[in-house]
Amino acid sequence: MTTKIEKFAGDFANFIIRWRFVVIAFTLLLVFAGASGMPKLQFANNYRVFFSDQNPDLVAFEAFQNIYTKNDNVMFVVQPKTKDLFSGDVAGAIEFITKEAWQIPFATRVDSVTNFQYSWAEGDDLTVDDLIRNGPSLSKQELESKKKAAIAEPQLLGNMIARDAETTGINVTLQYPEKELTEVPEAVAKSRAIVVAAQEKYPDLHIALTGISMMNNAFMEAGMKDMQTLTPIMYLFLITVMIFTLRSFSATIATLFVIAFSAVAALGAGGYMGVQLTPISMMAPTIVLTLAIADSVHILISMIAGMRDGQDKITALKESIRINFVAVSITSLTTIIGFLTLNLLDTPPFHHLGNMTAVGIGAAWLYSLTFLPAVISFLPVKVKQGSKNRGITKFLTRYADFVVERQKPILVGSVVVALALIAMIPRIEINDQWVEYFDHSIQFRVDAEFGMDELTGVYLIEYSVESGEAGGISNPEYLTNLAKFTDWLRAQSEVEHVNSYTDIIQRLNKNMHGDDEGWYRLPEDRELAAQYLLLYEMSLPFGLDLNDRINIDKSATRISVTLGNYTTAEMRDFIVRTSEWLEGNTPQAMHATATGPTAMFAYVSFRNIKGMLQGNVIAIISIALIIMVAMRSVGIGALSLIPNAVPILMTFGVWGLISGNIGMASATVSAVALGIVVDDSVHFLSKYLRARREKGMDKAEAIKYAFETVGLALVITTIILTVGFLVMSLSTFQINEQLGLMTAVTMVIALIMDFTLLPALLLIGYKKKQDNKGVSHEDAIPEAAE
Amino acid sequence: MKMLSLKLLSKFILSGVVLAGVLATPVWAETPEEKGFAIAARADRSDNGFGDSVAGMEMVLKNAHGQETNRVMTNKILEVPDETLGDKSITVFNSPADIAGTALLSHAKILDPDDQWLYLPALKRIKRISSVNKSGPFVGSEFAFEDFTSLELGKYDYKFLREEACGDMTCDVVERYPKYEHSGYTKQISWIDQDVFQARKIEFYDRRGGLLKTLSFSEYKKYEGNIWRAHKLHMENAQNGKSTDLLYSDYKFKAGLDDNDFEKGVLTRVR
Repeated sequence: MTTKIEKFAGDFANFIIRWRFVVIAFTLLLVFAGASGMPKLQFANNYRVFFSDQNPDLVAFEAFQNIYTKNDNVMFVVQPKTKDLFSGDVAGAIEFITKEAWQIPFATRVDSVTNFQYSWAEGDDLTVDDLIRNGPSLSKQELESKKKAAIAEPQLLGNMIARDAETTGINVTLQYPEKELTEVPEAVAKSRAIVVAAQEKYPDLHIALTGISMMNNAFMEAGMKDMQTLTPIMYLFLITVMIFTLRSFSATIATLFVIAFSAVAALGAGGYMGVQLTPISMMAPTIVLTLAIADSVHILISMIAGMRDGQDKITALKESIRINFVAVSITSLTTIIGFLTLNLLDTPPFHHLGNMTAVGIGAAWLYSLTFLPAVISFLPVKVKQGSKNRGITKFLTRYADFVVERQKPILVGSVVVALALIAMIPRIEINDQWVEYFDHSIQFRVDAEFGMDELTGVYLIEYSVESGEAGGISNPEYLTNLAKFTDWLRAQSEVEHVNSYTDIIQRLNKNMHGDDEGWYRLPEDRELAAQYLLLYEMSLPFGLDLNDRINIDKSATRISVTLGNYTTAEMRDFIVRTSEWLEGNTPQAMHATATGPTAMFAYVSFRNIKGMLQGNVIAIISIALIIMVAMRSVGIGALSLIPNAVPILMTFGVWGLISGNIGMASATVSAVALGIVVDDSVHFLSKYLRARREKGMDKAEAIKYAFETVGLALVITTIILTVGFLVMSLSTFQINEQLGLMTAVTMVIALIMDFTLLPALLLIGYKKKQDNKGVSHEDAIPEAAE
Repeated sequence: MKMLSLKLLSKFILSGVVLAGVLATPVWAETPEEKGFAIAARADRSDNGFGDSVAGMEMVLKNAHGQETNRVMTNKILEVPDETLGDKSITVFNSPADIAGTALLSHAKILDPDDQWLYLPALKRIKRISSVNKSGPFVGSEFAFEDFTSLELGKYDYKFLREEACGDMTCDVVERYPKYEHSGYTKQISWIDQDVFQARKIEFYDRRGGLLKTLSFSEYKKYEGNIWRAHKLHMENAQNGKSTDLLYSDYKFKAGLDDNDFEKGVLTRVR
C-alpha cells in the first residue's frame, strides 16, 4: 500500500510541476477567497461568548436577567487624595460623575452615594430623596450627618462606600440592545471621557473603571494587543528558524508565503463561519504559523538533502514530495483531528480556535504540497555540496547505542519519572477568576484590583429567592427567613457585601415610626409590609426603582452577594455551603441557586473538561487507527499511544508541581497537544518500521537507523513548536498564556519520551546478539503492545 | 413663579391668537412651536367639560421572561377647568389583596411636583408622598404615574414635526419637552390623529435622548358629549423587554363628584 501511495505521490509531484502556472494561479485565487472572509471578523466584547447557548448556567442566568434586569455595568471607583469623601468638593465631584454617567450610551440606571434614595420621617410623612443633593452648598455639620447616615446604611457600606469611607463607587447599569459589536466600545469610550472630564475638574481624584462592561471591553483590547505584539514576534522567530535550517533565501521566502497564506485561510474561514474573535480564537493564526512551517520545512530539507547528494533541483523536489507525502498528510490529519475535538467543549471560542486552526493546517498541507513546489521550481536554490551536520548525526548515533545498551534502566527510569509526575496532577486547582484572565498590561486588571483593594469585590453571586406566592415577599415568614439568610451570608468570611430587600423594609418600618431606631425591624404584618413598599415605590424617581430587585408579581426578591478576591474553588465551596444552608433552614420555595457571571465562570472549566474527556477519547482512538492503517501494524498503533498520551499527563503533573492553578486552558491543552506530539512518534516509528521491513534490520539497528534519519528533524521541529507556543504564552490573556506554556512543556516532554520511553518500549524482549536478519513481517510487531 | 405664570399667560394668549388665526385665515404663518402647541391644545381640550369620570383599571405587567401579573384599581378623576391648575384624581387599589384599600390622591400641578397622598389601610394613616421626582414606575409597571394621568397642557413645550399616516388615519406628530426639571424624560413624541384629535402613540425618550418606551392607545370609544377614551394603553419598554397593558372598563361620566370627594379626608372612606 505504501508503495502505491508513493507511486501516487510521485505522479502527483510530476503533475504539480507540469501545471505549476495553474497551481500558482489557483493558489492565489484560493488565498483571495480566504482573505475575502477576513473583513467579516469582529472582536467579541461580551463575556457570554465563553458560554454556549446550551450552557445551563447561562440559560439560568438569562432567565434571571429577564426577570430582574441585565446586570452589565460600569463602575467608577473614586478615591480622593484627601481620603475624605464627605467634603463639599468631593460630594460635588460624585454628583458630577453621577449626572454625566447618565449620558453613557445604553445606561439605564446610575447609583451613587449622592443619588442613593434615602428615606426618613418628616413629621408624619415619609420623605424619599437623594442622600446628598448639591454637596458643595452643604455645611460641615450637614455633611457629617450625611456621612453618618451613609455609613449606617447596609446597602451602601461595603458596596458603594468602602468600609474605611475613603473610596466610593458610582455604578452604571447598562442595557445593551446586543445588535452591534460597537455598543460596548461606545459605552466604554464615553465612560473614559467622563473620567478625563472629572479629573480635569477635580484633579485630586483617582478614578478607576471596573465592572462587567470594562471586562468585556478588555477581552477585545487583550486580543488586539496580542495580535499586534505576538504576530510580529512569531514571524521574526520563524524567519530566523528558516534561515538557519534552510539556509536559502528562496526557500525562506516560499515558506513564508505558505505559512502566511495558511494563516489567511484560518482567519478567512473564521470570517465565513461567523466567528466572533476572542483572545482565544486570535491564537489560531499564531498556532497555524507554528504548525504550518513544519510541512514546508520537511519538504524543503529533503529536497536540499537530495541536491547535496547531486540531484538537480526538480528531481530532488519531486523525490522529496514522493517520500514526504504520507508523513506530511498523516501528521496534518492527526493535528486537525486534535483541534476539531475542541468542538466538544462548551466554550464557543475554543470551537473557533479549533476550527480555524484546523482549516489553517489543512491549508498548510495543501499549499506545502502544491504551491510550495510550484514556486520553488522557479526560484534559484543553491546548496553547498556535501555539507551535513556530521557532528549532530554522530552524537545521535552514539546516543542510540546508549539507549540500546541501557534499555532497562531507561525504561524503568522514564516510567518512574512519568508516574511520579502524573501523581502530582491532583495538586492542580481549577481557577477561573476572570480579573486574572488579563495581565497587568491591560488597564482593566489594574483598575479591577484597585477596586477590590480599596472599595469592594468584583465577584458577585446572585440569587432570586422565591416566596412561592404572588405578593409573598411581604409575608412576615418570608421576610424573617430572608433576613436570617442575609445575616448568615454576612457572617461568611468570603462575603464583602449583601444587597437584600430586608434592609429596605426594615428602614421603612423605622421611618414610619418617626425614625425610632427601635423600629428598625421587619414589619410583623403582611399588609403593612406590602403597603410600606407601595408607598416607597411611589416615591422613587425615574431610574432608581426597585424593579431590578423585586420581580413583577412580588413573589421573589434578589439577593446580591459580593465576594472578596477568592479562587473559584473557594467560590464553589461558598456556593455549595449557601445551598446547604438554604436547604437546612428555609422552606423549599426559597432554595435559590447561585447565578451570575461569577457563578458561571466558577463552573465553566468543569463543563469544558467533560467535553475534553470525550474529545480526548475520540482523538486517541482515531489517531491510533490512523497510525495502525498508515503503519500497517496494530501493535505499533497501540504502542504509539503511550509516548503520546503520557507526556500530556506528565505536563499536568509538572503544572501541579510548579503552579497548581489553571483555568479554562486546562480543557484545551490535551486536544491541542495530542495531535501535535503524535507527529514526532509517527516520524520515528515510520523510519523504524521501514528499517525493520525494507532493510531487514533488527530492533536495535532499526532504532539506530530511526535516530540517525529523523532524530535531528525531531529536535528541530520540537524547538520550533516549543518556541512557537512559548510566544503564545506571552499573550496578555491568561488562558493563552497557560495553554501556550503547557503545550510547550508537553512538546519538550514528548521529545524526551520519544528519545527514551519509546525506544525502550520497542526494545522490550530484545536480546543482544540475537540473529534478526530477515525478520518476517509479523515479528515486526513489538511484543510489548500485544 | 410669577415669571413663569406670565410666560404661561402670554402663551395662552398667543395660542388663542393662533387658534383664531387658524380658523380665520389659513395662510397665517405659524412656527412649528406654535403649531405644535395648537395641536396639543386641541387634543387636550377635546374632552373639555367631561366633569368627572369613574372607571375600572387593570394593569397587566409582563417581563422579558414571559411572566405576567396584574393589579386592579378604580380610578376617579375630577376635571379642573382652569388650565393653570391640574386635574384631581383618586386611584384605589382592589388587588393584590395585601394592598387592597390603599388609595392614592393626586392633585396635579403644572410646574411643581404634584401633591400626592397615599392612604395605608394597614396603618390606618394617610401619608404625604414628598419627593421631587415621582417619575419612577407605578406599582412596578412600565408606566410612571404621569404617563397615564390626563395631559396637562402647560407641563410641556411643544414643536410640530410632521404629518404622518397612523393606522387608517392621518396624525400630527408633535414633539414635547417637559418643563419640570426633575422629569424622567428629555422629550416625548406624540401622534395625534386629525379626525377626533386623540393621542394614538407616544414615545418617551430618556435623559440621554434614547428611546425608552412606547405607549400605544387603542380601543377608543366615544362617550356622551363627544368624549373619547382609549380602553387599552400598551406600554412597551424599548430597553428592558418588559411591557404593561393598562385596560380601562366601565367608564362613567358626570357621576356628580366635586372637590369634596378629592380631599385628603375622604381617602380613609373611599373603599
